[in-house]
Amino acid sequence: MSERIEVLKTYKTYVGGAFPRSESGHYYKVFDSEGDLLANACMCSRKDVRDAVKAARGAFKSWNSRTAYNKGQILYRIAEMMETRRGQFEEELSKIGFTAEEAKADVNASIDRLIYYAGWTDKYQQVFGSVNPVASSHFNFSLLDATGVVAIMAPENSPLLGLVSVIAPVIAGGNVCVVLASEQYPLPSISFAEVLHSSDVPGGVINILTGKKSDLAEHFASHMDVNAIFYTDKLDNEMAKQIDELASNNVKRVVKKPVEDWYASDAETPYFIMDFQETKTTWHPVGF
Amino acid sequence: MSESITEEKTYKPTSPNSKLDFQSVWEYDSAPESSANLEIKDQYQLFINGKFVKPEKGRYFKSINPATEEEITEFAEATQKDVDKAVKAARKAFEGEWSKISGKTRGKYIYRIARMLQERAREFAIAESMDGGKPIRESRDVDIPLVAAHFFYYAGWADKLDYAFPGKKPEPLGVCGQIIPWNFPLLMLAWKIAPALACGNTVVLKPAETTSLTAMLFAELVKDAGLPDGVVNIITGAGQTGAAIVNHSGIDKIAFTGSTTVGKIIQKSLAGTHKKYTLELGGKGALIVFEDAAIDQAVEGIINAIFFNQGHVCCAGSRLLVQEGIADKVIMKLRDRMESLIVGDPLDKNTDIGAINSKQQFETVNQYLEIGVNEGADVYQSKCEIPDSGYFIRPTLFTNVSQSNRVVQEEIFGPVLTIQTFRTADEAIEKANNTPFGLAGGVWTDKGSKIFRVGKELRSGVIWANTYNKFDPTSPFGGYKESGVGREGGLHGLAAYVNLK
Repeated sequence: MSERIEVLKTYKTYVGGAFPRSESGHYYKVFDSEGDLLANACMCSRKDVRDAVKAARGAFKSWNSRTAYNKGQILYRIAEMMETRRGQFEEELSKIGFTAEEAKADVNASIDRLIYYAGWTDKYQQVFGSVNPVASSHFNFSLLDATGVVAIMAPENSPLLGLVSVIAPVIAGGNVCVVLASEQYPLPSISFAEVLHSSDVPGGVINILTGKKSDLAEHFASHMDVNAIFYTDKLDNEMAKQIDELASNNVKRVVKKPVEDWYASDAETPYFIMDFQETKTTWHPVGF
Repeated sequence: MSESITEEKTYKPTSPNSKLDFQSVWEYDSAPESSANLEIKDQYQLFINGKFVKPEKGRYFKSINPATEEEITEFAEATQKDVDKAVKAARKAFEGEWSKISGKTRGKYIYRIARMLQERAREFAIAESMDGGKPIRESRDVDIPLVAAHFFYYAGWADKLDYAFPGKKPEPLGVCGQIIPWNFPLLMLAWKIAPALACGNTVVLKPAETTSLTAMLFAELVKDAGLPDGVVNIITGAGQTGAAIVNHSGIDKIAFTGSTTVGKIIQKSLAGTHKKYTLELGGKGALIVFEDAAIDQAVEGIINAIFFNQGHVCCAGSRLLVQEGIADKVIMKLRDRMESLIVGDPLDKNTDIGAINSKQQFETVNQYLEIGVNEGADVYQSKCEIPDSGYFIRPTLFTNVSQSNRVVQEEIFGPVLTIQTFRTADEAIEKANNTPFGLAGGVWTDKGSKIFRVGKELRSGVIWANTYNKFDPTSPFGGYKESGVGREGGLHGLAAYVNLK
């Protein structure tokens, strides 16, 4: 009897609720901390970005009009599913250099972060919306509404906790997103997509691509149907400038929020939800 | 476009005397507001560091009264060196006295400005109408009262900022460069300066080159109010002066109100810098009128939505979407109502529609009138008399237009309304949202649930339901998509002028 041959997983992308390969057919090798091959990850192209944005846009209206309660339940469900599959994440993190303890802490914090934002879905409106006492006979109130399609460049060095921490506030606020995973450590993002896939998150709400930031940043920033671009890493000046410039083509919101420590107390905040909200003010006459 | 092209159709009156026919019953006498008490200097200097100073290069540009095409005065053109001086003065003030005084004291200065504006309100209103062409009824009853109210509102925030951002401590940004448009000159100044000062910033503001007069009168008022030198600096000039402000390394934040085209240029110029920015840009607001709406009320709303301030309103309702069953009736009533609008002397208290702000804008609007006709639209213009000189345009409707027509897609910024019809609410929402803009929208219906549903689905920052073009300092204003970034007014407007720690 020979030893059983392990079945390896093909890591693909997550777009529109499905797991397609990159249309480009390109890949790049992902290594573990020992330098051994872990997987061939998809090297996504401009076309993949466009497909993902299209899927996201298609999912936006329906996701944004879900009740706050429902969005909260779905975020909570993601946390539940992650808890049941924590072993998979811990193992993946261990392979890329996390100690067992660090891996466990990272998964714990990721699950807790989802619950943190699950709880915000039906509260941020109350905390940050307003009724405005105008000096005329009108009822006037301001509600928050999702900005739309958000392109996220996930943190490079926090492939799970960082990833979860940038996605959760964006979708908690009714947005949909296209995420570029950590370039060097993309595998946890695809495992996270498997969790999403079994968590009642509608297809297209979260789309995850893998590939090179230097290739894809400009396509994220220039796409005319992307409403906002979000990153938390310190990018090199040239790339940051290019993103800003391309974003101006359709007045994209560029949200740069440097976070170094994803365990820090300000790494979870409703202000991350607010960064992707539009204030909508409604007037109505008061009278008989 | 001096003559109307479409013949008026006959219609069945809804009441024996439904047509508004003022002309044959009586005539309006002229009722001009006197400008005798307004002193306009021959020349205005730059207001830097609490003093009126001559521009470094000694260049001045003329300001024209658009209703008469006569020269009113001339303003200094600020160039790079002047901008440097203004930024330096603002920085010194920010790091000096202004940062040392308490929020309470800051608030009291702003209150003082608000009160002095109220005292001098009529003078400002007359100046605004002379310089910009807007009817005195609007500058007197809308613009200037809102200016004072805006300062009054934000004055009260100065010592209460700790309550504005739960869990965070707000800090001022520093020196704010502010560039404002010509459609609501003093009001836009108030929208920029009041919250900036309340949050502890100092400012360098540039008014639009065609409407700098009230900003310079405001500079005099700032001096009278005893504000510390350099807290408010006002420099005049055109696009190049604006660019010098945007690109100045000593500035921490840019606040701009104007066209989407220029807004994009500014956003691009700021690429790679740490400057914050808020942009208040163009719009192409949809007015959705359902069959169950109170029609006369809706017609008044539409008139106000598109003809208020000659249509020079970024949030103007310039696309009417009317439900099929009532389209003919609404259009008929709109035409009748348009015939009763008085176009003419901005200083006349009876005037409804004043002068187009500048020759340049006059030409732009006329170009769009041609484009509309060339695209196959039917045009209807009111038959009112307009003065021989000055920049005046008759209120205009375009029917028989489609969603892809340029006059439907592009911001005209004049008294020009396009009219489309729809059958279902979903179709109306789809058409309303089919634009790169997202500033404002209107909905008329008698059914509350429909208002909330349509309002929820419109992708725009302001929804006026059964009303339009209402403004208030407590009410946040600003756009989705290409209509801008950030909000002005209300609690939400504070966020544009603070760093949160």
